[in-house]
Amino acid sequence: MADRNASMQMFRVDARPTWCPGCGDYTVLASLQKAVANLGLQPEEVVLSTGIGCSGKLSQHFGSYGFHGLHGRSLPIAQGVQLANPRLTVIAAGGDGDGYGIGLGHFLHALRRNVNITYIVMDNNIYGLTTGQTSPTSAKGFKSKTSPHGAAENPIRPLYLALSQGASFVAQAFSGDVKEMTEIFEAAIRHKGFSLVNSFSPCVTFNKVNTYDWFKDHLVKLSERPDYRPESHLEALSYIDQFGGLVTGIIFQQEGRRAYHEENLGGEEIMPFDSPVKMSNEEREKILSYYY
Amino acid sequence: MERTWKVGGEQGEGIDSTGEILAKVLNRTGHYIFAYRSFMSLIKGGHTYYKIRIRDRPVHYHGDQLDILLAFDQLTIEMNWSELHDGSLIIYDDSKKGITPKEDKRLALAPIPLTHMAKELGNEIVKNMVACGASAAAMDLSLTTFEPVIEELFAKKGEKVVELNRQALRKGFEYYRENFRERFPLPPRGNKKLALVSGNEMTGLGALLGGCRFLAAYPITPATEIMYWMLRFLPNYGGRVVQAEDEIAACIMAIGANYAGVRAATSTSGPGFSLMQEAIGLAGMTETPLVIIDVQRGGPGTGLPTKTEQSDLNEMLYGSHGEIPRIVLIPSTIEESLHFTFHAFELAEKYQCPVIVGTDLYLGMSKKSSDSLDLSNYQVKRHSMVTQEELDRLEKGEYKRYNLGVENGISPRSIPGQRNGRYVALSNEHDEGDVEIEDPDLRRRMFDKRLRKLAGFDFGPESIEWIGEREGDLLLVCFGSPRVQLEEALDRLLREGRKAGLLILKVVKPFPAVRVKPYLERAKEVLVVENNGTGQLAQLLRQEVGHHDKIKSLLRYDGVPFTVQQIVDAVQGEKEALYHG
Repeated sequence: MADRNASMQMFRVDARPTWCPGCGDYTVLASLQKAVANLGLQPEEVVLSTGIGCSGKLSQHFGSYGFHGLHGRSLPIAQGVQLANPRLTVIAAGGDGDGYGIGLGHFLHALRRNVNITYIVMDNNIYGLTTGQTSPTSAKGFKSKTSPHGAAENPIRPLYLALSQGASFVAQAFSGDVKEMTEIFEAAIRHKGFSLVNSFSPCVTFNKVNTYDWFKDHLVKLSERPDYRPESHLEALSYIDQFGGLVTGIIFQQEGRRAYHEENLGGEEIMPFDSPVKMSNEEREKILSYYY
Repeated sequence: MERTWKVGGEQGEGIDSTGEILAKVLNRTGHYIFAYRSFMSLIKGGHTYYKIRIRDRPVHYHGDQLDILLAFDQLTIEMNWSELHDGSLIIYDDSKKGITPKEDKRLALAPIPLTHMAKELGNEIVKNMVACGASAAAMDLSLTTFEPVIEELFAKKGEKVVELNRQALRKGFEYYRENFRERFPLPPRGNKKLALVSGNEMTGLGALLGGCRFLAAYPITPATEIMYWMLRFLPNYGGRVVQAEDEIAACIMAIGANYAGVRAATSTSGPGFSLMQEAIGLAGMTETPLVIIDVQRGGPGTGLPTKTEQSDLNEMLYGSHGEIPRIVLIPSTIEESLHFTFHAFELAEKYQCPVIVGTDLYLGMSKKSSDSLDLSNYQVKRHSMVTQEELDRLEKGEYKRYNLGVENGISPRSIPGQRNGRYVALSNEHDEGDVEIEDPDLRRRMFDKRLRKLAGFDFGPESIEWIGEREGDLLLVCFGSPRVQLEEALDRLLREGRKAGLLILKVVKPFPAVRVKPYLERAKEVLVVENNGTGQLAQLLRQEVGHHDKIKSLLRYDGVPFTVQQIVDAVQGEKEALYHG
C-alpha cells in the first residue's frame, strides 16, 4: 500500500483545486489518481485532455501531462495525442455541456473510430461555471436560469448513444462511491479502444435536484446483480431502459476489437515522435519520379 | 513561341481525363506546359474546361488566347469565343446535333463525328481518345508518344481496354489527317526531363519533407488533393492521415499531435478555415506548433465555390479571438508551394505558434512542367525543445514550460513521454509553469513573452521577390497566384518601354515592412493586383507602409483568373473602370 500511496502522490499537484467545497469533481480527481497509481503508470506516460468549465479544470489538478483546451474539444486533442504516440495513456475528460452539447459530434466520431482513449464525462446535469443553466442532460421540465418554465427538451442519453453507435466500453460511475469509480476508471483505462465513463458528479451549488442523496436513492449498482453480464449488448440496453439510465458499473465491454490506431493506415507502427524521419536523397528522387 | 489548346464540355464527359492525357504526353515529350482546369460545383452537367499552354520555356500561366478549341458541346464554343483569334481552330463533335460554330472567316473548323466514331469502335466512352488523336494530328504530335501514357492509364483494366483506346486514338488522328489542312506545330522542345506537378502536390511534398507525419483534414475543394497526396505518401514514412468529422476536429487533432511531438497539419479552404479560427488562438496561447494550409477560393457561403479567389487574407492575418503570434506565408508559384510549406513546419516548431500557408485554387489545382525541383536542400532539424538530459538535471517540478526568462520568448517545450517534463498546456492565461492565473502583471508578462517570439522575425530575402526596372515609375504589387499573369504583363510593359517593376509579397505576417518600404518609396504609382473585391492586400500595404495616395487597386473577383491583357490595359489606362480603391 505504501508504494501505491507514493505512486498516487506523483499524480498530485501543489495548486489547490478551485472547485466549490463538496463538488463531485473532487472524487473524480481522487479516483483517477488512484486508478493510474493502481495501474502502475508514471506521470510522463499519461496525458489528460480537458475542455472548458468546472470539469475542464481536472487536467490542471492532475499530475500528468495535460491539455486544457477549448469548450467541447477535449476529444480531438486526445485523439491527436493518441494517434501521434499510441504508447501514451490518453484520458479525455469533460462535462455534460462540454461533451454532450458543443462536443457531441466529436464524441460520436471518437467512439465510432474506437480510438484508444478513456473518456470521462463529469455529468452534473447543469452548467456550473457559467452559473447554473440547463445542460443537455438536464431532465425534461428541469428549471434553471435558461429554462424558467422547465426545460422543453428531452435530455441527451449518453449510455444509449454510446451503445447504439457501437462503443466498445460503456460504464457509469458516481462521485458518492470512490471505490467503485476507481475500479471503473481502472477497467476503462485498461480497455483497448474507446471507453466512455459517464460519471455523475453532483453540482452542490447550482443543482438542487440531482444531489448526492438523490443519486443515492435512485442509482442501481450492477455489481450487486451477480447475474449481470457486461458482454451482452441487449442486456445492457434492457438494464438502462429498466432503470432510466440510473445504473452504475461496467455496463458493456467488448473485448478483442482493434483500436483505431491499429486500423488506420499507419497500423501498429508508432510514429517517430522523437525526431522526424530523415529522408535520403534516393527516397526524394523516388517521390519525384512519380511526376515524370 | 507558344500554343494553346482547350477542351470543353459538360462535366462528366471526360473533359479532365482528355486534358490530363494530353498534358502528360506533352510534358513527357519535353514541352513546357501549364494546365488549368475550370469546373463547377456539381458532378455531372454544367460547363467545364481544361486548358493547356505549351511553350519553349517555362510557363506559369494558362494564357489569354486559344489556338485549338476542342468542343464537346455548343456552350464550349460560346463561352470561349472571346479567346479565339485569327486562324484559331475549332474541333467539334458533329455527331451531336446542335453544335454549330458561328460562321467566322477568321476561324478554321474541323467537324469530326467523335461520339459516332467512338460508338463504332464499341464504346462511346473512348470519344475523348478520338478527340486526343485529332488534336495530336492538328499539332503534328506523333502517336507513339501516347503509347506509354495509355498503357499506364488503362493497364489495370486489361489489354482489351488498352487496345480500344489505342484504336480510338489512331482513328481520330487519321480522320483529322485525311480531312483537314490546318496544322499547329508545337514550339521546339528541350532535352530536359520535366516533372508535371500541381501546387497541391507540391504542398504535400513540402509537408512531408518538412517532417509532417500527421494530417487531419475534412474533404473540401480545392484542398482535398493535399489529403489524397498525404494518404498516398505519409504511411510509407510512419505517418498517419485522419479524415476528421469536421474542420474543428481536424485542426484540433493536429494541435494534439503537435503537442505530442509529431509535426502535424491540417489542410482546408476558406469555409473550413473559418471553422478553425478558435483553434488558431488555442495553438497560439498554448504555444503549440500548428500548420494550416488554406487553399483559398470563393467558397460556399460567400461566393463561387469552385473558382479561384484570394479573399481569405484578412482571415489569415487576423482570424481567431484574442491576440496571438502567428506567421502567414504565401507561395506565388507551384514550386514555391513546396518551399514555403516545408518552411512552415520548421517555423511552427521553432516559434511554437500557428503558421498558415495561403495558396489558392489556381495555384493548387493547376499543373505545370517543372525543371527546377531540387529537393536536396530540405533537411529538417528539431527546434525549441528540451532534451531528456536537460530535464534529468533539473529537480522534480523545476522545469517551467513557459519560462519567462527566455529573452526571445521561446521557451523550450517538453513532450509527453519525457520524464520530469510534465506540464499542462493551458488555454487560459497561466504562470511560467502550468497554473492558471488572473494576476494583471503576470498576464501582461506572459502575453508579452508570446508576442516577443516574432518581434524581430524576418524570413530573409525570400520574404519578397522583385522583378523589373529598379527605378521604375510604376510598381505592381501582388501576393500569390496573380504573380504569373503579372510577370508576363510586366514583360510586355518593359518591352514597350514602360519603366515598371513587380513586387511579390510572400510573407505577409509578420509583415516585412523594412524590405517592402523602399520599393513603395521609389515608385511614382503603385498598383496592387489581387483576386478579391475589397483590396485586402492594398489595405495591408497602406497600414504597414503608408503611401496611401500612391496605392491603387486592380481587383478581380468574378471567379476568373486575371488575364495578361487585362493587367496591361489597366496599366495603360485604357480601362479606367478597373481601378478601385
